[in-house]
Amino acid sequence: MSAIQDKAMNTIANQTMHNPTRLEHCFSTLKQQDRPALVSYLTAGDPDADTSRRLLHGLPAAGVDIIELGMPFSDPMADGPAIQKAAQRALNNGQTQAKTLDMVRTFREQDSITPIVLMGYYNPIYRYGVERFLTDAAHAGVDGLIVVDLPPEHDEELCQPAFRHGIDFIRLATPTTDAKRLPRVLANASGFIYYVSVAGVTGGNAPTPERLEASVSRLRKDTELPIAVGFGIRTAQQASTIGRYSDAVVVGSALVDCIEHATTPDDAVERVHGLVSELAESVRACRR
Amino acid sequence: MNQPVDVSPSLPDANGLFGNFGGRFVAETLMPLILELQDEYTTAKNDPEFQRNLAYFQGDYVGRPSPLYFAERLTEHFGGASIYLKREELNHTGAHKINNCIGQVLLAKQMGKKRIIAETGAGMHGVATATVAARFGLPCVIYMGTTDIERQQTNVFRMKLLGAEIVPVTSGTGTLKDAMNEALRDWVTNVDDTFYIIGTVAGPHPYPAMVRDFQAVIGHETRAQMLEKHGRLPDSLVACVGGGSNAIGLFYPFLDDPDVHMVGVEAGGKGVKSGLHAASLNGGTPGVLHGNRTYLLQDEDGQITDAHSISAGLDYPGIGPEHAWLHEQKRVEYVSATDDEALEAFQICCRKEGIIPALETAHALAEVAKRAPQLPREHLMVINLSGRGDKDMTSVAHHLGDKFGVKNV
Repeated sequence: MSAIQDKAMNTIANQTMHNPTRLEHCFSTLKQQDRPALVSYLTAGDPDADTSRRLLHGLPAAGVDIIELGMPFSDPMADGPAIQKAAQRALNNGQTQAKTLDMVRTFREQDSITPIVLMGYYNPIYRYGVERFLTDAAHAGVDGLIVVDLPPEHDEELCQPAFRHGIDFIRLATPTTDAKRLPRVLANASGFIYYVSVAGVTGGNAPTPERLEASVSRLRKDTELPIAVGFGIRTAQQASTIGRYSDAVVVGSALVDCIEHATTPDDAVERVHGLVSELAESVRACRR
Repeated sequence: MNQPVDVSPSLPDANGLFGNFGGRFVAETLMPLILELQDEYTTAKNDPEFQRNLAYFQGDYVGRPSPLYFAERLTEHFGGASIYLKREELNHTGAHKINNCIGQVLLAKQMGKKRIIAETGAGMHGVATATVAARFGLPCVIYMGTTDIERQQTNVFRMKLLGAEIVPVTSGTGTLKDAMNEALRDWVTNVDDTFYIIGTVAGPHPYPAMVRDFQAVIGHETRAQMLEKHGRLPDSLVACVGGGSNAIGLFYPFLDDPDVHMVGVEAGGKGVKSGLHAASLNGGTPGVLHGNRTYLLQDEDGQITDAHSISAGLDYPGIGPEHAWLHEQKRVEYVSATDDEALEAFQICCRKEGIIPALETAHALAEVAKRAPQLPREHLMVINLSGRGDKDMTSVAHHLGDKFGVKNV
């Protein structure tokens, strides 16, 4: 994070009534710069603890604005083959919930600005113990949670407790979320809204551009929260197109694929940060 | 008590919860569809036309009612309780699975869905789904783990004959849990036109309640048949439990009868203490998987661990949420039977009754072998003979072949 960005954030911080969260900081800074955020997804512990730490620590310098860190789960039902394999690599190398939280803690020692959102499934959190998890996550410096299998019907499980710990619960809206359901989805949302661009699993088909833009503008009428778009976004070109009308662009499977195709840990780091830089360049230029 | 009592469906509650179990733990993409399905099912449940249609297919197509048969030779063999077999293996396709599939396919037609998907373990649910899809002219995709494809070749061929496409699932251990993950991924991708026929009393609400209701025909019939034969209710009910659909189907209409003792038999694999088993209630802890909270086989970090059972149909690391609740309420007793005990009971049933049971069902029979000898002849015990064992010939020959001088079947 550059000195100029730091200064911009401090200014905004002073103008806000409550202590702004890292996510609020981030989105208001980028709004001033008139560009979308680049959100990267990597699975914690993929391919191994050490490489994963190097990957994570280098993301802000490569141009990532918000970090999504996956908590690996044995049965990732909403994920396509790329992220399934990433979770398996991480678990095979001994990744645990505690180690994932530890990664965040270590990251925070060198970066107190870049928001980190943990993404995953409910069971590993449930098993860890919801209160214990939220306490540890807040201490480690986690800013938000995306838990795929917790729809608003189960808000009392984790969403509401997270909010009490000062952790945002990021809600997913999808192409199947109709007007009737949307208020329910938005009711306890915080941080940002994650718009799932296609009905399907991660790493699948690319979204249809026209339909996507219409969906995002429809969503914007009902929420003041920033809107991130993810699922099926792989290239700088796609990121640039979607970044024109969304507040954030999420890239996951394409980065995870870099790890799978890498021949050595160094190669993995180089490939991932290389693709991040390309994507960062395109989101920075997309509204010019 | 001359008439079957209709148990009021007090549970699950509006959120699909049986106490703390059940629920709708699914991706947002699926939520609108699941809510729609719930509405459609509630309507169908109270729609005389739907119920008439269901009864017609249960009768003329499935072959219901299935007999409640007094197993005289098994009774003599064990020398205790009077043993009755509820002959679900005589249903079309050879197991209880079709009861549920008929119900769900009628619902799929009513909702205008164009495509059917399902997961299968032993292949019995896959066969039943492929069967109803053929009958109602809907394309059908069945997800099946590669391990299960290997040990259930006959059923794979049956499904193909019926026109279904089989998608081999290689992720995880290539068994039922992985097939279910893959079916859920298909569903979320094709949510507009696809109906997912879940084969057991698991998954997000309303599946556990809906599948139970379609299977409850087993218990309703048993009740009427026993009243006709003996003028009273049975003393105990025994059924094997994987996901638990045949068991809940038998138990549900008796839940409000405190004098009817119920026993669910989990797959103990090599023994619950060995760690190689599929006994979620006896060897698992509560967690969230496949849309519901229930007892699961999992490690300390909440990662799902592999189930082990000789029977592909019980080889699942979870159990239906209503069973988890009945377990905690202590309304149903849950025990386990090992692979060896099941194989032993399997052979006894073949030799004494001339009935080749499914390996799943053999787990229930193994419990009968332990329990029946301790009880008097007046004790009326009903075992759900949930499926026939033709599909298991390869597995059984693998374990027992030498004894009969047979290497390959």
